[in-house]
Amino acid sequence: MTTPAQTHSGVIHDIGYRPYTGPRLGRGYATRSLYVQSLRAAFGLGRSGKSKVLPFLLLGGLTAPALAMLAIAVFANLKQMPLDYAQYLSNFSVLTQIFLAAQAPVLMSRDLRHHVVPLYFSRPAGRGDYVAAKFAAMFSALMIMLSLPLLVLFVGSLLAKFPFGDNLVHLLYGLVAAVLYALLYSALGLLIAAATPRRGFGVAAIMGTLMITGAIAAIVRGLTGGYDPVPRESAYWAELISPSGTVEGLVNQLFGIGGDGPDKLHAPGSLGALVFAAVIALVTAGSYALMLRRYRNV
Amino acid sequence: MTVSTVIKTDGLTKRFPRVTALDRLTVEVQPGVVGLVGANGAGKSTLIKILLGLSPATEGTGQVLGLDIATQGAEIRERVGYMPEHDCLPPDVSATEFVVHMARMSGLPASAARERTADTLRHVGLYEERYRPMGGYSTGMKQRVKLAQALVHDPQLVLLDEPTNGLDPVGRDEMLGLIRRVHTDFGISVLVTTHLLGELERTCDHLVVIDGGKLLRSSSTASFTEATQLLAVEVTDHPTDRDFDAEAVLRERLTAAGLTVRPDGSRILLVELAGDGTYDTVRDTVDDLGLGLIRLEQRRHRVAEIFSADPGVPAEHQPQQAQESHESHESHDEQAAAVPAGGEQA
Repeated sequence: MTTPAQTHSGVIHDIGYRPYTGPRLGRGYATRSLYVQSLRAAFGLGRSGKSKVLPFLLLGGLTAPALAMLAIAVFANLKQMPLDYAQYLSNFSVLTQIFLAAQAPVLMSRDLRHHVVPLYFSRPAGRGDYVAAKFAAMFSALMIMLSLPLLVLFVGSLLAKFPFGDNLVHLLYGLVAAVLYALLYSALGLLIAAATPRRGFGVAAIMGTLMITGAIAAIVRGLTGGYDPVPRESAYWAELISPSGTVEGLVNQLFGIGGDGPDKLHAPGSLGALVFAAVIALVTAGSYALMLRRYRNV
Repeated sequence: MTVSTVIKTDGLTKRFPRVTALDRLTVEVQPGVVGLVGANGAGKSTLIKILLGLSPATEGTGQVLGLDIATQGAEIRERVGYMPEHDCLPPDVSATEFVVHMARMSGLPASAARERTADTLRHVGLYEERYRPMGGYSTGMKQRVKLAQALVHDPQLVLLDEPTNGLDPVGRDEMLGLIRRVHTDFGISVLVTTHLLGELERTCDHLVVIDGGKLLRSSSTASFTEATQLLAVEVTDHPTDRDFDAEAVLRERLTAAGLTVRPDGSRILLVELAGDGTYDTVRDTVDDLGLGLIRLEQRRHRVAEIFSADPGVPAEHQPQQAQESHESHESHDEQAAAVPAGGEQA
């Protein structure tokens, strides 16, 4: 028996202050941590139970029709999905818009409202890192929202033994649409949310912007003959007013999808596609630059 | 590794389109607890922002922990902690979650962040309540969390902006004690700003006084209090003669006795202490006039006096807060007034 008799077990020692000698992972790690935290926050994870309800309800709402189509496709012996992948996203785009309107202020307005932003900026990650992390988080959250139903549709098409190659190509078209939606929506939504510390204002402003631009685009398109029996091609330029119309028009024109009739929403011609793409790029980059400017003096 | 100079600025100037917030500020700060004193708008917060490398200086250079503020901002911010003046705590998360997140934002790996958070919250005196959402915290608890997030990554220097704001006298004393410990026990240098000089006298080793962006004075706390001691004297009215202006007559008599006297408020005279004999002179003069002595106590210089002593700053421009502190000290004096002499002034 060599058990030392002198040891005390179960005694709490006040060891005082211990300096930290471990690694300091610096700016890149801090930015990644902020990204992960923000992405989780976009789905209410790491926050109260109440704040998980809306994002998951919307994710469910966006995916449920795809599941229904999967079921129909498998059991009703269809020849193809009732909706094309990219078209699915535009038909249910209001859910994506609600998600953006509800969650972009969660990422931006809360930090402003509770004055947490100076705490970030007094740490290794700088302003650019902050905006980058938030943008990446919003983009990723939207990509999760948008690509989940596309994957469900794709699985459905495999189960129903639809042509594999054709579906894969159309899935890719859908994913391109998802990326464009996510880029444009993230940039616009976060920019608006960063303008106000009040979450309610942010929600209303984002929803309002997307809804009103959509309505104006439809009105202008109608006035210029876009809904005539034989629609005027030039009327489709009106879709540039609305962010969702711009993405939908570009994708439909690029890939020749979105229905066969002349009334499908599309960018007018190759010039139209070029302009629509340029507008998406410019608005995204411009909003991002404005966001950087917004945080220059916090 | 010891750093000989914690903060060093040379001709630091910050001009905004309409105001000059810092005007050729040259100051050197050694390790320890340093008080940065100035009225609201004196340039304290601007200086902190520049020191953190967040806002570029218009002119001049500066170093924090030997790192250049213009080019090594990120390195500085990794080694420095910052506690802002305003509220900065989201109400719906717990102190633990919040401080862990802030530790990770300072570059600490996840497990170290949790460990350091637990340690730091314990050191600032937050126990079971750290798991509750911060919305329900008292001001004192919130200030402790704010201090904890500034300390969690074990910085070499912390910048504390008005850490005693909004605290009651007991909370203020506890916070000042904690700040003292940050240096003595944790070995972290502290730069603490305030507009109340009185409370820094007990906490700081060194004081830097700025006003209107200019350096007014930078010296050890001891040399501030070594400066001419003042004696506060208050007497009763004349027992019989109602028209007798006790203060004016006493002032004349004391001046005649070779002492420097000036009034402070309506009833109190401040007499410069020229040695132990001054007490006797005051006592004898009051007795001679047949008056009662209500108060006879030592008083130190306060921020208001430093400002009014400067010829460039008229007395009217004394900060409101300095006046308030004065008044709160008066109420202490009332209790201490029963003690005839030498009542230690806080």
